[in-house]
Amino acid sequence: MDRRLTAYLLRRVALAGVMLFGLVCMTFVIANVAPNDPAALAAGPDAGRSQIEQARRDYGLDRPLPEQFWRYVSGLARGELGRSIATGRSVGQDLARYFPATLELCLLAMLIGLSVGVPLGVLSALMKDRWVDHLTRIFAVSGIALPPFWFGLLLQLTFATALGWLPTSGRLSVMTEPPDPITGLLLTDALLRGQWGVFGEGLSYILLPAIVLSFPCLASILRVNRAEMVEALRADYVMSAQAHGVNPWRIVCVHALRNAMLPTLAIIGLRWGWMMSSTVLVETVFDWPGIGLYAVSSAIAGDFKPVMGVTLIIGLNFMAANLIVDLLYGVLDPRLREG
Amino acid sequence: MTPLLAIQDYRLAFDGFDGTAHVLDGIDLQLRAGDTLGVVGESGCGKSVLARSLLRLNPSPPARVVSGQIRFEAEDVLAMPPARLRALRGRRIAMIFQDPASHLNPLLSIGTQMEDAIRGQDSATGRSRPRHAARAHAAALLSAVGLGDAPRLLASHPHQLSGGMRQRVLIAMALAGDPALLVADEPTTALDVTVQAQVLALIAELVRARGLTLMLISHDLGVIAAACARTVVMYAGNIVEDAPTAALLARPLHPYTKGLLAAVPELDRPDIRPRGIPGGIPSLRAPPPGCRFHPRCDRATALCAAEKPALREAIPGRTVACHHAEA
Repeated sequence: MDRRLTAYLLRRVALAGVMLFGLVCMTFVIANVAPNDPAALAAGPDAGRSQIEQARRDYGLDRPLPEQFWRYVSGLARGELGRSIATGRSVGQDLARYFPATLELCLLAMLIGLSVGVPLGVLSALMKDRWVDHLTRIFAVSGIALPPFWFGLLLQLTFATALGWLPTSGRLSVMTEPPDPITGLLLTDALLRGQWGVFGEGLSYILLPAIVLSFPCLASILRVNRAEMVEALRADYVMSAQAHGVNPWRIVCVHALRNAMLPTLAIIGLRWGWMMSSTVLVETVFDWPGIGLYAVSSAIAGDFKPVMGVTLIIGLNFMAANLIVDLLYGVLDPRLREG
Repeated sequence: MTPLLAIQDYRLAFDGFDGTAHVLDGIDLQLRAGDTLGVVGESGCGKSVLARSLLRLNPSPPARVVSGQIRFEAEDVLAMPPARLRALRGRRIAMIFQDPASHLNPLLSIGTQMEDAIRGQDSATGRSRPRHAARAHAAALLSAVGLGDAPRLLASHPHQLSGGMRQRVLIAMALAGDPALLVADEPTTALDVTVQAQVLALIAELVRARGLTLMLISHDLGVIAAACARTVVMYAGNIVEDAPTAALLARPLHPYTKGLLAAVPELDRPDIRPRGIPGGIPSLRAPPPGCRFHPRCDRATALCAAEKPALREAIPGRTVACHHAEA
């Protein structure tokens, strides 16, 4: 059993390695087909032709593409992602600084998506074709259809500008001293250090962007979970559990839901990756200091090393999420554990 | 003496997009404690739907009770509130199913599923039993159905068991609440032939040892002859004949029963070819008027198309629903 599990794991990890190489190639190609001239950017707005050529040589941009690619890959292997022209820091440092904010936002959004999407999916399946089901269907379709930037603006106008219940944008008020980092996740750090005021304030800032980010994820979890629950509730094993007098709640929440969660899990893995990439829009709307905003401001400036770095991080998250999902399958499904 | 189970003029319909199927068309049936009843008929004749009706397991919608009563120990099953229904399921009437592979949850261990059944029945009847006691009960049940090494079995999952073991596990679960009536819906159909005989022998043995009342549904007259003293024959949602099994096999009264028996191959008489019944089962959305069997019956007359025959006592102890059945 253990050997099977190890082989399964090794296969997944090897596959992830292949995918990683593909990802690296993609980011490199994207950076090189972009229309801007990074050398001109690096040299500055007032630079003359010779200074631009000097910058091109300094950054190795005059070398043939295969050589540049090799330098890029070997740099990555040493953990070097290049230097951001705009911030002047290495991209690695920048990512270490911005990524925790994005991670925190995505974790909360996923928590919202799961804790609302799964119960609503179960409820809709139990109330199939009744008004609750129709209501969640409308909710879910709008969740997928609403453009996040528009929905974000709408929430800002309503809850921040008109009602004044929540702040418009940012991660904390400029007057508030953030807690000393332990995990880098502001809410967690505030909790760990017992700074309840900071925690409450942080929560009020993160709530709107997290809701906007969670909406498409919540909607697809809801729909998939509903469909799978409808299927599971019709299954023979549910009928025999009923015939044997198993507690009805236990039938729904354990016997049926556990089966329905397998396909839902796959959606969660995919949604985590998509969520990371939609931070580009959401963080811009809410001025959230994460990698999405960092990528946007770098791209606008024509600064491509950060964009490549962010793309790489998002891709890595995609892969990590799907690896975790594969492992969870093994935990949930005994047939996979033992082949 | 009140019968254990009394079904009166029970009609069940399934509503669908393309019309309503009248799946059970006025079932009358009584079972006394200790009876062993076989229900035989072709696929689609409503025998499984009838079995599930006893525990109200037919999903509704689409299933809809049109009329009739099902009384178990004089209590109206169709009018039971949810709590009573739960106390009925498993505790008083237990059921085993055709395909043991799909009727066990693939993701839960055998132990968990058995404990859930035991504890669910406990809570429905206002008892409570700690988890280890439930597990001990589960282990005892497994040995009662001839399965050894209970600790390992309880920790295993359905995919690790053979078909015969799975069906034994389901039988053990059915026994958990010490029910009065065991409903077995094609319990051997999905199994290998050799295993079929073992499972059937186990059911017969449990029925004898525990004094269970048995309702065994099958399309296989051989299975029913081996386990049941009495047999009812169903056709297209009706009971057409009700008789002691031996008498039914020796001398069928209803033309459909005769057809069924003629369709059984006789292994020791290879010169006699089995004969099928011409035609197919009728649509239950638009069933034939009068006797539902008349379009396929070689004795049909104008009366059969006009008037549905009631179950009547043709010979003492035997009833038949046919205008032309000779006594």
